Amino acid sequence: MMAPLFSSKLLLVLLFGTLFGLVLGVLPGLGPTTGGALILPFTMTLDPLSAIILLTSIYCAGTYGGAITAVLINTPGTPAAAATCLDGYPLAQKGEAGRALGMATVSSTVGGIFSVIVLVFFAPILANLAYEFGQPEYFALAIFGLTMLASIGDGSPIKNLIAGAFGILISTVGKDFMTSIDRFTYGINELSVGIGFIPVVVGLFAISEMLTQSTLLDQVFKRVALKAVKLPTKNDYKKTWKTILRSSGIGSFIGVLPAEGGTVASLIGYSEAKRFSKNPEEFGKGSVEGIAGAEAANNAATGGAMVPTLALGIPGSATTAVILTGLIIHGVRPGPDLFKEQPEFLYGIFGAMLVANVLFFIFGFFGAKLFARITLVPNKILWPMIFAVSVCGTYSLSQSIIDVWIMLFFGVLGFFMRRYGFSVVPVIIGLILGELVEGTLRQSIVIFDGNWLMFLTRPIALTFFVLSLIALAFPLIRSKKNKKII
Amino acid sequence: MNNVRDKKRANKSLPFFFRTEFKVFFAIILVSTILLISTFSFDTVPPILNRGIQPATFPKGLLVLIIALTSIIYYLSFKKPWKKEKKLPKPFFLTILSFIIFIIISKTLDFFLAISVLSIFVSYYWGERRIFYLLLVSIIFPLIVFIFFEMILGLRFPPGIITNLYYY
Repeated sequence: MMAPLFSSKLLLVLLFGTLFGLVLGVLPGLGPTTGGALILPFTMTLDPLSAIILLTSIYCAGTYGGAITAVLINTPGTPAAAATCLDGYPLAQKGEAGRALGMATVSSTVGGIFSVIVLVFFAPILANLAYEFGQPEYFALAIFGLTMLASIGDGSPIKNLIAGAFGILISTVGKDFMTSIDRFTYGINELSVGIGFIPVVVGLFAISEMLTQSTLLDQVFKRVALKAVKLPTKNDYKKTWKTILRSSGIGSFIGVLPAEGGTVASLIGYSEAKRFSKNPEEFGKGSVEGIAGAEAANNAATGGAMVPTLALGIPGSATTAVILTGLIIHGVRPGPDLFKEQPEFLYGIFGAMLVANVLFFIFGFFGAKLFARITLVPNKILWPMIFAVSVCGTYSLSQSIIDVWIMLFFGVLGFFMRRYGFSVVPVIIGLILGELVEGTLRQSIVIFDGNWLMFLTRPIALTFFVLSLIALAFPLIRSKKNKKII
Repeated sequence: MNNVRDKKRANKSLPFFFRTEFKVFFAIILVSTILLISTFSFDTVPPILNRGIQPATFPKGLLVLIIALTSIIYYLSFKKPWKKEKKLPKPFFLTILSFIIFIIISKTLDFFLAISVLSIFVSYYWGERRIFYLLLVSIIFPLIVFIFFEMILGLRFPPGIITNLYYY
């Protein structure tokens, strides 16, 4: 599995990706999704394996990096680290920042490695199952993915569905890929090729975050001093090993489902840690179990989210949507054939993820203090620089200035979406699944000779439709408990 | 506690057209309706070529779905009004203005000049007053980015009064 990694070039890529991912994770507002999208144009100078290793190592390290800021300044570096703030910061305030970060580092590493093992075992099984899938099954699967996103995604389910439908709608802009009829182009030639993935991602994540930061200029961060990261004590391990294992399982499972990966996983991991804890009253006041529950889960979601991405070509999270774009740009088609024809490529990715988890443990343990200093860069200097990179990165893929306008448009749109409670992640997933949804629907209709009811005669498709209905009903049941449907 | 309750209620006490949920509902419905109407002008193909459905059918279905779901969230907002958002501060509008200036300059003068102008504008209005840092974000960093993209990716940036000095 590790053989392809024994090259100095790949190790260097891995090292850079892990360091870059940590920096992205530490900076509030940035994260592995934005960072991955921004670095995508640079991967064009790399071979496919190096490119994907770079993106996956950014994903793993970026997810962990969010914990550093969560513990030290009570601001999650990434959304997935939001639950870590709840106990990480209170523990740091008690003068135990090193212990909090040590627990976050260990549980993140265990969660990450656990999820890679899940990936290695389950991705080939899922890929084998996918051989049974025809067009109707892929259509049903994509619908299931979108409904899951609405159901267990962050925020309101109906708003998530609207955002997902909007994402699919964006994918219909340009020439219809089956008939070459122009749709929503309004005479603009550049729109005939459709709206690119990168302008939308960079706009929705980086530019909208820049606008969000412009509203938070008076915000003052209270930084907690950190002397050194401390490994958890024997007593801490005794207290948390069950939580870490449970959250690793939860995170891997949630990651496999096409949803918001780490963000949802960490919240569920945290609440389950509290539910099973012998000392639930300590949660929110600096419980190491709380940190372990959230961090093991969000990092476990990374490997989980890669399972459907590699096996089916269906992204498990926004960052894996970027990785999927990277695969497609480099001419690698995810799916069962990839497992049959290029196993060494896949084992290279698996190995890289494993090594990235070990690397961020080392960097996190010895360098957290240094990484924490990155947050000292003031927003008034940082964000104009991010803007310059965003603009050039977006321009570079198609060398089209229209892409830059599209990026700015989606930046403003993303800001207002977030302001009014619409998550931007479903837009990304909808955009990337759009062609699959429409293509498989239309081909299925041809296969069924226009008889829609024939979908119900396909057992796998029917199973996915039933699961989709359950996924849609789930928020209704949940809303009866906490009344959160809008 | 009472303050929070009052703020939440504030949105409900406004006339319906000033309420956040109505504005969001109206904006989505308006845009979706315009897009839906435009789908009727899409070309159609003969049945033998349409691969199951006409090219306009799928986007039409999506837009109807968006309109229906938006109506549902608006209906539900009567039972549970949205909380009122804080007013947007001045730097937000200045940042939007800087985007507009960026578009105008990059379209008429130069792509990198536009980046420099936006960087100095944003940095200054976000509170930076030190000359070195203003130069760093507006000249030094964009120059590094330009060289990096140009050298490593072999990227050719759009022509303009400054970019042409490098290319010609």
